[in-house]
Amino acid sequence: MISIDNLSKQYGATTVVDRVSMDIERNSITVIVGTSGSGKSTLLRMINRLVEPTAGRVLIDGNDTTREPAHLLRRRIGYAIQGNGLFPHRTIAENIATVPRLLGWDQARLQARVDELLTVFQLDPAEFAGKFPHQLSGGQQQRVGVARALAAEPALLLMDEPFGALDPIIRAKAQDDLLDIQRRFGTTIVLVTHDMDEAFRLGNRVAVMSHGRLLQYDRPAVLLTHPADPFVSQLTGLADRAMRLLSLTTAGEAAVPGSSAVPGSSSVPGSATGLSIAASVSLRDALSELVWRGADSAAVIDANGAPCGQLTVAAILALGRPR
Amino acid sequence: MIAQHPRLPRIDPLGALVSAVGAAAVLWLPFVVFKPNRVLPGVPHALAQVLPSTAALGCLLALALVALAALGVANAWLRLGAALLGLIVVAAAVASAGNLLTPVGNKVVRVAPGSGFWVLLVAIGLMATDAITRLQPRPIVRVLMLALFGAITGLALAHGVFDHLSVMREYAVNAGRFAHEARQHVWLALGSLGAAVIVALPLGILCHRVPRLRGGILGALNVVQTIPAIALYGILMAPLGALAAAVPLAARLGIRGIGAAPALLALFLYSLLPVVANTVAGLARVSPAAVEAARGMGMTRRQILTGVELVLALPTILTGIRIVLVQNIGLVTVAALIGGGGLGVFVFQGIGQTAIDLVLLGAIPTVALAFSAAVLLDALVETMNRSRQ
Repeated sequence: MISIDNLSKQYGATTVVDRVSMDIERNSITVIVGTSGSGKSTLLRMINRLVEPTAGRVLIDGNDTTREPAHLLRRRIGYAIQGNGLFPHRTIAENIATVPRLLGWDQARLQARVDELLTVFQLDPAEFAGKFPHQLSGGQQQRVGVARALAAEPALLLMDEPFGALDPIIRAKAQDDLLDIQRRFGTTIVLVTHDMDEAFRLGNRVAVMSHGRLLQYDRPAVLLTHPADPFVSQLTGLADRAMRLLSLTTAGEAAVPGSSAVPGSSSVPGSATGLSIAASVSLRDALSELVWRGADSAAVIDANGAPCGQLTVAAILALGRPR
Repeated sequence: MIAQHPRLPRIDPLGALVSAVGAAAVLWLPFVVFKPNRVLPGVPHALAQVLPSTAALGCLLALALVALAALGVANAWLRLGAALLGLIVVAAAVASAGNLLTPVGNKVVRVAPGSGFWVLLVAIGLMATDAITRLQPRPIVRVLMLALFGAITGLALAHGVFDHLSVMREYAVNAGRFAHEARQHVWLALGSLGAAVIVALPLGILCHRVPRLRGGILGALNVVQTIPAIALYGILMAPLGALAAAVPLAARLGIRGIGAAPALLALFLYSLLPVVANTVAGLARVSPAAVEAARGMGMTRRQILTGVELVLALPTILTGIRIVLVQNIGLVTVAALIGGGGLGVFVFQGIGQTAIDLVLLGAIPTVALAFSAAVLLDALVETMNRSRQ
């Protein structure tokens, strides 16, 4: 767990980060969101001491980060940035091996890790290991950037607008990949973005910053239903907040079990249409599908196609209201 | 029936220029100049006058062929081949002109290549360079081409092909000194460059790290660069002379007001600006994201400097070194004025004796050296740029 304790950064008379305190849970994704100049990047960079705080401290698993030299601290913390920062003169494999090499891993372990990461990020080691960054597409480079940050198996990964330079389709894929990676390695991720959609999509918890202050730090749904500050509701958006709220819950989570319908049987309303929705789909998309098909309800099926419950338009609408 | 009219080949603009200039040189300029001795004014001879009629006809036909290739052939390899043929023909013609015009056993008369020869050489050389540019050969191929050209020229010289030409006459007289001065020339150029790199590299890194110093350092070096070479040699004479007089050790080390010491020092000072400026530019060109990522991953400042920044800046730094080397090879010539030695010795002696052949003995190898250095370092820079974009 990371404890950020009363952390401040001043440049001359300007206060960039103002007495921020927050606890970051292990094995979670925490997103720091804010407009440019809100101090979100500076806050992130104080965790691995790329920026030294003016006041306050950062504890990782109870240890003050200033206890060891900054470069040794950074080798234990993954770091990925916008525009990926790959070394243009080194191959993909050499790029990924950067931190393990600094840590003195032996060749066999290093090689195995590089191959594993390339495979995880859907880059065939035989094809990509020897290539140079400029030979890869933007999306591939970005994946290598994240793979490099994860190379030394860090428990903590810091990401500074990692998907900022990607086009929307590739960005959505990169976000899905990141969720997979987080589940697979159990890494604690702290990610900075100015994109509210990205924050809602990725964050278990979202921290909203403005003018160096931490305005609110909570689960995404709470940010929508109980904004602590007018700026928070302005940032999350008033016009589509119901839809945003729906997008945070999946059909599987909202399905009412027991009344599972066998497609074709007529006793349940809506099942006559034979409409079924995957459990992993968000309520926002489920509602859209129901409206499109003109149905009142649908059967929810899990990844194996087995029915796991029933979902009605009325139930979805009820979940889109603040409770 | 002919299905297609053969299209007229498009006339190559550069080829037109080269052919026109070459033709004018053959028709109106003297190919060789015959002089009764090394200082008397000479009698000009056209190409057709000096060679026996069949040889002259062959020569002119070959040159016409080269001109045709320059005008109408698009294939760069053929153009290069034609240019090489032209060079060989011209070289062979001037060599046999020397042999034919020199009475057997006579060591007083001089047969000097005339303006027609030089213009032809430049025109055909331009055509060859253009063909090589069009071929876009890989750096290693360019170096091999240079080596091949050097080997052929060296072989011809060693076999005495040009021995009856005036420049080679001067060489025969000065052979011992020539080797010594050529070595001195190379050592002055490389030594000053080496010393400059040792000083300029840290200076450039300092300028990059501390932007406040950049203006001052680059400004001061810029002022040095504006001082004419002869003036700088003169300026350095007094303090170095005083140093030698005051400190006997300095004098014993060879530091004197005249000679190699002020020459080396002046060349060293001239070398600083290009290397410092290119080091600063090269480091500034390094992607900030790469440096940021390197820092974020826990590389130390030294690891970032040697493993990322300098490696990425190297092609730009080498470009600076190339500028300095070519510039120094030229500037060393002037060092002869203050007793620094080098091939400039022949140039200034030749000027003093109005013996243009002696001037050429110093000038031609200097140009060849500078050209070779440029080709070699260009190839090196390009190889690096290719491998690391």
